Amino acid sequence: QHGRVKIKTTAQQEEEKRKEREKKLKIYVAARDACFSKRNEGIWDDEALQLTQQLLSSNPDFATLWNYRREILLHLETVKLIYEAELSFTESCLKVNPKSYGSWHHRGWVSARLPRPDWARELTLCDRCLSLDDRNFHCWDYRRMVVKMSGVPVDQELAFTDRLIGSNFSNYSSWHYRSTLLPLLHPESPDPPPHLLLKPIPIGSLVQNAFFTDPNDQSAWFYYRWLLGRAEREEMISCVYVNREEERVAVAFSRPVNSVGLFLVLDGQPQRVEWRSVHPCFKHSPVWICSLPPGTISDITNERNLTVHWTEKHTHRDCALYTGRTESWCRDSATDQELFRSELSVEKTSVLQSELQSVKQLQELEPLNKWCLLTIILLMRALDPLGYEQEMLAHFRTLKEVDSMRSAYYSDLCSKFMIENTILKMEYAEVRVFSISDKNLTTLCHLDQLLLVTHINLSSNHLQRLPPQFAMLQCLEVLEADNNAIENLEGVYHLPKLEEVLLKNNKISTLADLQPLASCPKLKRLDLRGNPVTQTANVESELAELLPSVTDLLL
Amino acid sequence: MAAEDLPSEFDVVILGTGLAESVVAAACSRVGQRVLHVDRRSYYAANWASFTFNALLTWIQEIQAESLSEEVQDRSSLVEEGEELIYLSGSDSASISNLQVFCYVSEEAEEEEEPANTTEEEEAGAAGEGAAKEPSETESAGSKEEEAGEAAEGDEQAAQEQGEEPKADQPQPSAPPSQSEPTRKKISYTQLVKEGRRFNIDLVSKLMYSRGSLVDLLIKSNVSRYAEFKNVTRILTYRHGSVEQVPCSRADVFASRQLSVVEKRKLMRFLTSCVEETEEHQAYNGRPYLEFLREQQLGDNLQHFLLHSIAMVTEDTLTKVGLASTRHFLRCLGRYGNTPFLFPVYGLGEIPQCFCRMSAVFGGIYCLRHSVSCLIVDKDSNRCKAVIDSRGQRISCSHFVVEDGFVGADRKVATPTRLLSRAVLITDASVLPGDSEQQVSLVTVPPTDGRPAVNMVELSPSTMTCIPGTYLVHLTCQSVGSAYEDLSPVVTRMFCMAECQDEENRPAVLWCLYFNMADGSGVEPEGHDLPSNVYVCSGPDGALGHEHAIKQAESIFLKILPEEEFCPPAPNPEDIIYDGENTSPTSIGEEEEEEGLTAAGGEGEEKQQEQQEEETSLQPEE
Repeated sequence: QHGRVKIKTTAQQEEEKRKEREKKLKIYVAARDACFSKRNEGIWDDEALQLTQQLLSSNPDFATLWNYRREILLHLETVKLIYEAELSFTESCLKVNPKSYGSWHHRGWVSARLPRPDWARELTLCDRCLSLDDRNFHCWDYRRMVVKMSGVPVDQELAFTDRLIGSNFSNYSSWHYRSTLLPLLHPESPDPPPHLLLKPIPIGSLVQNAFFTDPNDQSAWFYYRWLLGRAEREEMISCVYVNREEERVAVAFSRPVNSVGLFLVLDGQPQRVEWRSVHPCFKHSPVWICSLPPGTISDITNERNLTVHWTEKHTHRDCALYTGRTESWCRDSATDQELFRSELSVEKTSVLQSELQSVKQLQELEPLNKWCLLTIILLMRALDPLGYEQEMLAHFRTLKEVDSMRSAYYSDLCSKFMIENTILKMEYAEVRVFSISDKNLTTLCHLDQLLLVTHINLSSNHLQRLPPQFAMLQCLEVLEADNNAIENLEGVYHLPKLEEVLLKNNKISTLADLQPLASCPKLKRLDLRGNPVTQTANVESELAELLPSVTDLLL
Repeated sequence: MAAEDLPSEFDVVILGTGLAESVVAAACSRVGQRVLHVDRRSYYAANWASFTFNALLTWIQEIQAESLSEEVQDRSSLVEEGEELIYLSGSDSASISNLQVFCYVSEEAEEEEEPANTTEEEEAGAAGEGAAKEPSETESAGSKEEEAGEAAEGDEQAAQEQGEEPKADQPQPSAPPSQSEPTRKKISYTQLVKEGRRFNIDLVSKLMYSRGSLVDLLIKSNVSRYAEFKNVTRILTYRHGSVEQVPCSRADVFASRQLSVVEKRKLMRFLTSCVEETEEHQAYNGRPYLEFLREQQLGDNLQHFLLHSIAMVTEDTLTKVGLASTRHFLRCLGRYGNTPFLFPVYGLGEIPQCFCRMSAVFGGIYCLRHSVSCLIVDKDSNRCKAVIDSRGQRISCSHFVVEDGFVGADRKVATPTRLLSRAVLITDASVLPGDSEQQVSLVTVPPTDGRPAVNMVELSPSTMTCIPGTYLVHLTCQSVGSAYEDLSPVVTRMFCMAECQDEENRPAVLWCLYFNMADGSGVEPEGHDLPSNVYVCSGPDGALGHEHAIKQAESIFLKILPEEEFCPPAPNPEDIIYDGENTSPTSIGEEEEEEGLTAAGGEGEEKQQEQQEEETSLQPEE
C-alpha cells in the first residue's frame, strides 16, 4: 500500500540478530581464551585486568575470572585507586545481574581491603538493590557484612526493617532480620524468652497489623510464632537415677548431648564406666546410662553418694542412695522447670492475654483461617495448657477440617501437646504412672521426661510404632498399648525392669517384629491377642524360643 | 511557517489536535493513510493542552479578548458542479467561560514577609462576597492580570499596586512568620513569571488508570516511548474538615495508623470479595451502593473511603455501577505502584502530542495556526469530497475528522450544554505534608450541601509541572453554577488565601484561576447534520480517566478503516528500512514534529524500557 513504512521481516531481523550474536560470541571466546592462557603463564598485568573486566561485565557469574582478577589485584596492589575502580566495576556488574554471587563476593573482598571503606555508600547501594527486589538474598548477605563491619546501631537497623516491612509485609527476609535484631537490642533478659516482653515495642502492633490486613500471609505468622516461642533451655543435667540391684546409673539431660566429658564419682572416687545411649541408633541422646562394676553398690546396708560431672558445661548433680533403698534419683520436677512453656510473670501473662483477645477477635472475623487457629492454640498453651485443653482440642478439630492437607501434622502436634499435658498432670500428682489412653495419639514424644515412669498406658490411640526413644523409659515395668496400630516395637529395647507387655489388637505381623522384646530380661507376661502374628504357624513354640522368660503368653 | 502549498490530496484530514483527534491521526498514519492534521491554534492539544505559566497568561488574555471572529470568506469559487459548501465555525470560543483569576502574592520578592493589605482585601473578596458582587471581582481580576502580563515584560508600574503600600504602612518586625512557618519560602509573582517556563499547567485534570484504555493503548502502540510517567503516590480524602489518607493498597492498609486492626480486616475482606461478582452482589444490583456498603457493617470510616475515594461515586449510585467502579480501581492497583493511577511527566498535554508524534513518524503532516474553513460536499452521495483550508487551498480527502467546537451550532444535535468547573491553584505547600515532598496526590472531596463531588489532583514539582517550593492543584467537578461558585468554597476550606499565618497551617494559595469548560461527554459523535464521512470528536469530559476519548477515537477509526487494526505496535526504529529518496513524507513529518514537541525530550527511549520493566516486574501481588 502506498505510503506504508517498510519494516524488516521477522526473518531478516532474526538473521541480523543471529549474526550479531555470532560476532559477540567470537569476541567473548577469544577474550576468554586469552585470559586463561595468561593465567596459565602466571601473568598478572593491567591487560589481564582489562580482559577480565571485559568478560565479567557481560557475564558477571564467571567465578574463575573473579578469582583470576583477585590474583591480579593482589599482585598489583599498590594504590587504593585500583580498589576504588573495582567498586564501580562491580556495581556495573550488579546492574547486569543483581543476583550475581561473584560480583557481591568480589565487592565484599574489595571493601574489606580498602583502607577506609565508605560503608555508608555500601548501605545506600544495598538499600537501592533491596528496594528493587526485597528478596535479593545476595544483597541481604552483603548488607549483613556491611552492617557488621561498620557497626550500624541495632535500633537503626530495626527502623530499617520497619521501613521494609512497611513497603511489603509479605517479605519474610525483613521479618527474619527483625527477629535476629530484637534479642540484640534487649540482651539483658536472655532467659527465658528474650523477646516476649519488649516493653517499648508492644509485640502486637506491627505483626497484628500484618495479619489483620492479610491473615493468609504466613510471614507475619511465622514471626509471631517466634515472638511467642520460648528460649532454648539451658543445657543441664536434669535427672540422675541410680538402681542398686542392677548397679546402673541413668542420667537425663535437658537436651540431647553426646557423652563426652561425662564422669561419675562415687563417694569421692572417680569411677571408670562405659556410657551408652539407650538405643544403639542414638549418637546424641538426652538419656545416657552406665553400669557400675559388679558389687560396687549392691550392699543394701551402705549409703552411697554419687556425683555426675559434666565437664563440658561445668556442671554436676549429686544423688544419694540411702541405706535400705533399692533405687534413688535426684532431679528438678518438671513443673519447677516449666518444661513446656515459658515462665510467665504477671505482666507477661497480661500481655499474652491481650494478644489472645486480639487473635480471637480476628478469628471471629475469619473463623476458618488456619494461621489464626494455630496461633490461638499456641497462645493458650503459653498461658494455661491444662485449663485450655478442651478448647485446644476443639480448635484442632477445626484445623483438620479447614486444612485437611495437613491433618496428619495437626494430629502429631496435638499428640505432642496432649503428652505435655499428661506429663504435667503426672508431675502434679507426683506419681510414676503415665496414662494417656483414648486421646487420638499418633506419635510419641518427650519420652526423656518419662525416665522414672514404671507404668505406661497408651491404650486406644492411633500409634503405629514404639520408636527407639521409647527405650528411655528405663524404669518401666508395665506397658499397656492395647487397641493401637502398632507394627514396630523397636523401642522396647533393653528395658531391665519390664515385666508386662499388653499389645492386644495391634498390627504386629511377624515374629521378627517381636525380636526387640528378647532384650528385656524380666519380661513375663505378653498379650498378643488380635495381632496378625498369632496366625503364624508354630507361633507358640517360636515365641517360647525367642522369649524364654515369658511365662504368661496370651495369643 | 513557510506558506508552501500542501499536497492537494489526503486520505484523512483532521482538524483539532485534542486527544481523540490525535489518536485517530496516529492510528490512520500507522496503517498507511495519508493524514493531514491541522489546528487553528498556535499550540497542540486544544483544550487538552498544558501551558507554561506565561503561555497560560496569554491564553487567558486571548479568552478574555475573544470577540473578533474571523471573517468568513466566500469560497464558492472553488466549488464544482454537484457540490455544496459547509462553512465551519472559526473558533471554539464557546467551550471556555466564566474565567476568573486571583493573585495573592506580591509582585516583587520582599525581604521580610508581611501580610499585605491588598491580599487581605482580596481574600475578603474571594471568601466573603456573594454571587452578586461577582462580576466586578471578575473584571478587577482580569485587569490585574493584564497588568501582570505587562509586568512580566520588565515593567515596574505594576508593583505600585501590591508591593509598595504595605511596605510603607507596616514596619518590618511586626510579622512573626518564623514561628508558624519557618521553612516556607515566599514566592513572588515576579518569580512565578520568571520561572514560568517550568510550569506545565493542564487545562483538563485527569489521571491515567494503570489498566485503563489509554495506558493499554500507549503500551500496545509503543507510543509510550515518547513520554515518561510518575505514579500518583497517594489517595487522600477531605473529611470532617481535615485531609486524611485513604488506605487502598495492601501496603497502605498495613501501614495505616487511622484504621483499627478490625477495620483493616474488614476493608481487606471487602476489597477481596469485590474482585469476583457474587450472587450477593447481584441481589443488590438495583439498589444504591451506599445501602450495600451499609449492609456490610463496615463502619463510617470505611464506608466513606469506599464510596467517595475508591468507587468515587455518589450516594445514590446503584450497586452494580459502584461495584464495577470499585473493581476497576482494584484491577489498576499494584501494576505500577500503590495507587491505580499514573500521571505523565510534563503534564497531560504531552499525551495528545505523543500520538501526533507517532502520526508524524508515519508520514502525517502537521500544521498549526492553520484551519479548515469549509467542507465541499458531493450532493448526490452526501459525502465530503474535499476541504478548503484557511488559505483557500482545496484539498481532497476521503474522510474528515473535526473537533466539535469547529462545527457550527446549527449543524449539531441539540444537546443540553453541560459544563465542567475547573480551578487551578499554585500553592506553597501540600494539603497533607508527608515524609516526602514529592507526593502526587488525588484528593476526593465528597459532595456537601448540594454541591457536587470535587476531584482534586495535587502535583508536586517531581511531575515537572511546577517550580520547586510550589504545588500545582487542579480541581474539577460537574458544574452547578460558575466555576468560582462551585469550587471556591472547597478552596477556602482547604487553603488560606495570601501569605497569612494560618492557624490551621493550611497551605497558602499564591495564584489561582477558575473557569468553566464544556463537558465533552455531552457531545454525540453521530447524528449531526453532517456528511456521512465527517466524524465529530468531543472535547474533554469530566471523568477522571481517559476512557471516553480513547473509545471515541477507536470507534471513529473503525468507521474510517473497518478492516484495519487499531494502533498495532510501532516497529523499533532499527527495524524500519530507509531506502534513500523514497522517504519524503516522513521527513516533512519529522520537521513539523520538531516544532511542536520540544517538551518531549530525549529520554523517551529509556523511559519506555523502564516502563516495560516495571510492567514485568511489578505485577499485582496476589
